[in-house]
Amino acid sequence: MEKITQLTSKTIVLAIDDVDTDQIVPARFLTTTEREGIGVSLFADWRFDKDGNEIADFPLNSPDAQGRQILVAGRNFGCGSSREHAPWALHDFGIRAVISSEIADIFRNNSLNNGLIPVVVDAATHRWLLDNPGAEVTVDVENCTITLPTGQTVSFPIEPFARHCIIEGIDQMGFLLQNLDNIKAFENSRAWNPSLNI
Amino acid sequence: MSGKSLFEKVWDDHVVVPETADTPAIFYIDLHIIHEVTTPQAFNMLRETGMPVRRTDLVLATMDHSTPTVPIENLEESLDAVSDPEPAAQIRAMVKNCADFGIELHGFGSGHRGIVHVIGPEIGATQPGKTIVCGDSHSSTHGAFGAMGFGIGATMVGHVLATQCLLIRKPKSMAVNITGKLQPGVGAKDVILALIGKIGVDGGTGHVIEYRGDTVSAMNMEERMTICNMTIEAGARAGMIAPDQTTIDYLRGREKVPKGADWDAAVERWLALASDPDATFDIEVDLDVSELEPQVTYGTNPAMVVPISKPVPNPGSNLSHKKSIEYMRVEADRPMLGTKVDVVFVGSCTNSRMTDLRNVAKILDGRKVADTVRMLIVPGSESVKKEAESEGLDKIFVAAGAEWREAGCSMCLGMNSDKLGKGQLCVSTSNRNFEGRQGPGGRTVLASPETAAASAVAGVIADPRDVI
Ligand code: SF4
Repeated sequence: MEKITQLTSKTIVLAIDDVDTDQIVPARFLTTTEREGIGVSLFADWRFDKDGNEIADFPLNSPDAQGRQILVAGRNFGCGSSREHAPWALHDFGIRAVISSEIADIFRNNSLNNGLIPVVVDAATHRWLLDNPGAEVTVDVENCTITLPTGQTVSFPIEPFARHCIIEGIDQMGFLLQNLDNIKAFENSRAWNPSLNI
Repeated sequence: MSGKSLFEKVWDDHVVVPETADTPAIFYIDLHIIHEVTTPQAFNMLRETGMPVRRTDLVLATMDHSTPTVPIENLEESLDAVSDPEPAAQIRAMVKNCADFGIELHGFGSGHRGIVHVIGPEIGATQPGKTIVCGDSHSSTHGAFGAMGFGIGATMVGHVLATQCLLIRKPKSMAVNITGKLQPGVGAKDVILALIGKIGVDGGTGHVIEYRGDTVSAMNMEERMTICNMTIEAGARAGMIAPDQTTIDYLRGREKVPKGADWDAAVERWLALASDPDATFDIEVDLDVSELEPQVTYGTNPAMVVPISKPVPNPGSNLSHKKSIEYMRVEADRPMLGTKVDVVFVGSCTNSRMTDLRNVAKILDGRKVADTVRMLIVPGSESVKKEAESEGLDKIFVAAGAEWREAGCSMCLGMNSDKLGKGQLCVSTSNRNFEGRQGPGGRTVLASPETAAASAVAGVIADPRDVI
């Protein structure tokens, strides 16, 4: 995973509530066995018409949007399925942070595991960001803050260990593997056996 | 100190290393269910790092999402003929990954292949007090047994394969008290749709829900699974129901449950899992269902739901709502009743078990599916299929003009060959009515199996209370 301590970018605004993972990556693209190159399926049914042409007024298609790293989305972004293809596709497109007033649980976990920073802000900040597409925003992962062009700084919650992993560019597997002795001890201490082969 | 809830008991029983300010808990997983869609990338990771699967005896593997629902006699010979190349490649990768890593696969012809959340309970692998994960959000289904089931992404699938553990923080808790006797023709699906309508698609975010109350106690295990299945549609981490005599009776004699003295010990342990009388919850919600009507969705998320005879709400100035209704091409201020239907789908991990199929058969028996409607009935597993056929349900379905298929996720999501055409309206017993969920441009109306069957016969959205 790449290290991210801070990033500054203009925003892309997708002012729709309850954007579900079936919109982020439609099911027919889940047949892949790889994770690379999945950015082409990002919002496929909203970005392209049935002939594969870009739909001009979709925010991600705007010429200005290219290269931007921050997506501001409506409330409850990423609800629905557990497909990690959703953060993979956003990451592959170039997005490194998603800002909303609420982000669905599984999507948030999947994002943290893939160097995509889920930023949950209060309703007023969220409103301001929705109303000001293209605003230049700094996301500071070390200090858990975002800074708006107005100079206002707003803090956001992030699970401390996930934050540590993002700042160091490491994944969580290493920590689990260091605890294998604890895991073995736990298994040996249990009063019942969950094995399917008993 | 107050007593512990069901969820807290299961949580405490699986903490390997407690959480601290800096690190989440190391949390043990008793059953890992895997399928072809969310595992290839995790197996690739294991290969790249040379790691084995740590506990192959805690992994239950099957194939369901991209599988065809027409008969497959010999995988190698017939797959290419009935499937697109990419899903076929995914199915083959699953066979290879299970063989390479020593995992038993409940594949084609095993007699036990089916939707992940259907086969776990039916072979008795899903048990009270277990922690159960799958790279699929409807893992909440297993909570019907007093297990803690939740969906994870592919990276976490890799964590569980390699270490049998996850790094997570303890969620908050919510109690949903459901009371009242349901009217004939109104069932578990209507209850859960009404609840989601009440609390919203994000109403449960960050919480584990416990469903309680006399309505829940009176439900059989399959109805309880329907309730827990859709927990994720309210955004909650998991949904649980305390094990009781109904749970024990369902599990007794199933393949993977403990035997002899171990069974008696297990039953004692399971019945002790119920929340203590003085357990407290972060939030409590009450739902009285005695007057509940059949529910149908009108929009593009499961909270956009109305009682079948009541008008679709007017979106007013709510743009997301307006967009949704426009996509669905439904009219505000008018009921969904009477809306023309193109396809009816009975199936999915929400409603593809014997209870559901029997309820559909009761309505279809001696009736015909309308000429203008295509009806697909897809059993949740190979065993459900066999059982339904032993009761002669398949004959009723076929005589009524419905298609009776092989087990799989089928038209619940558009990643196998069963898809809606652009603009088609489908009354579906599945769990998601997201835009294009059943195929690009398809319009999904979520409903119970009874409402689906009544609508198939009428050719328009119909109230099952009129035909039972
Ligand atoms: S039936 Fe539908 S919701 Fe259930 S596991 Fe399959 S695709 Fe997911």
